[in-house]
Amino acid sequence: MLYAILCYDNEDVVCSWTREEDEAVMAKLAVVQDRLRQEGRLGPVARLLPTTAATTVRKGTEPLVLDGPFAETKEQLLGFYIVECETLDDAVATAKDLAKASSSKGSYELRPVGFYQPEGRGA
Amino acid sequence: MTDLAWIDGALAAARPQAVAALLRYFRDLDTAEEAFQDACLRALKAWPANGPPRDPAAWLIMVGRNAAIDQVRRASRQQPLPPEDLLSDLEDAEAAAAERLDGSHYRDDVLRLLFICCHPDLPATQQIALALRIVSGLSVRRIAAAFLVGEAAMEQRITRAKGRIAKAGVPFDAPGPVERAERLGAVAAMVYLVFNEGYSATGEAVAERASLADEAIRLARLLLRLFPAEPEIMGLAALLLLQHARTPARFDAAGEIVLLEEQDRSRWDRKAIAEGLALLDKALRHARPGPYQVQAAIAALHARAGRAEDTDWRQIDLLYGTLERLQPSPVVTLNRAVAVAKHRGPAEALALVEPLGGRLDGYFHFHGVRGAFLMQLGRAPEAREAFGRAIALAGSAAEAAHIRQHLDRLQADSAEAIGAAR
Repeated sequence: MLYAILCYDNEDVVCSWTREEDEAVMAKLAVVQDRLRQEGRLGPVARLLPTTAATTVRKGTEPLVLDGPFAETKEQLLGFYIVECETLDDAVATAKDLAKASSSKGSYELRPVGFYQPEGRGA
Repeated sequence: MTDLAWIDGALAAARPQAVAALLRYFRDLDTAEEAFQDACLRALKAWPANGPPRDPAAWLIMVGRNAAIDQVRRASRQQPLPPEDLLSDLEDAEAAAAERLDGSHYRDDVLRLLFICCHPDLPATQQIALALRIVSGLSVRRIAAAFLVGEAAMEQRITRAKGRIAKAGVPFDAPGPVERAERLGAVAAMVYLVFNEGYSATGEAVAERASLADEAIRLARLLLRLFPAEPEIMGLAALLLLQHARTPARFDAAGEIVLLEEQDRSRWDRKAIAEGLALLDKALRHARPGPYQVQAAIAALHARAGRAEDTDWRQIDLLYGTLERLQPSPVVTLNRAVAVAKHRGPAEALALVEPLGGRLDGYFHFHGVRGAFLMQLGRAPEAREAFGRAIALAGSAAEAAHIRQHLDRLQADSAEAIGAAR
């Protein structure tokens, strides 16, 4: 089963990391990613820019374009991984490995992927 | 990162919102700050044991408010006459607390907190120091280091600035739309000042002052979250991010300034550029241009040029022309002249800057830029004189050293010319 591992955290906190802190977290995450890649389990990985850079298009007969993220929440979607996991336990274990990279208090949401089309740009 | 580092980060991130709400309750800056400090101390004890709260800012506001109310009550028991107006205010605040803690009312609170720092009576440096102390929560020691003054002197400056604000009276009524827009404009200008203080740092304390640029970006993002649909705030944030992206390439190993044209563009911060360009795109959709958007658009043209020679100087010239109309200033014209020199040559550029001499005579960059145009036109003696004026006005050793390089080149050129004549 393919899982999308969605990373949620408080972007106020994450954006206030110094460059060194940020790089240290990214380096630790890279170790986990390298392992997943070697096992042939890693799909696309994305880190999103802050929600202040987001625009929302709300569907309707006349779609509405709004500045800002879809929802005002305490924790924001900051990025995601696509990972092949045999069982939910594997997915949980992978997320736990990723979680060790920083002591921030965010969450990972594990969403099984229903449709996947990796072709296209960068694939 | 340790647990403690996370708590520090969470406290810093919650600070503007929490202090702003506490200021609304207590209507006194010192009380609000003390209440916040108190709440932080309690957080350091409670959070590692109980886990972090779902909403750190709301937790800090509640705990800070209760702690300060306790203090007032204790004090009132010791005094024969309780401060009646203060106590009745607190009861009002308590009744409103639950409803207000949902987060949607923070906007005017945070804007107020920022706005009181830009009181027109305060000189720019005091506005910056106050904002860094109160809103960003930087220690007095760090602010003092950034401004190259002693800690005691900075402490005194901040105390004096707070005194002035208290005397002037803080506006606590909810602002109307016009007033809100005015406040936002003043606050944006102050954030830009904070950034410039960091960005223009050279020589001593570069690292200390460069961190002010990070603080300014944090404040700009804060404004953007409060006012997500204001194109000028998007422009301001974009401008700061695009300028700041060049920081890793702006100084060489010896701390000397590296000019834009000579910078190693592979060292620019691509992520900051991506964010800046995204914000500028968002702003332009609104079709409501303003000075920050135009300046961000200029910075974007530099960011988009893979090599210095790919820079679209004609477009930059046009954008500076727009900026001159929106915000006439001899400094803007001087900048336009640099773009003009690039695509129409130094003669036209020189003609553009000559009339500015009266107003910019005390400005380092005026003489530096004018000298460069004269040098390109082969008018060496005049160039030398202009560079001499620039050196005399240089604000730092790095600025002076940069002009000296020009003088050395003139010297070498004339030696070569003499050699060739022989």
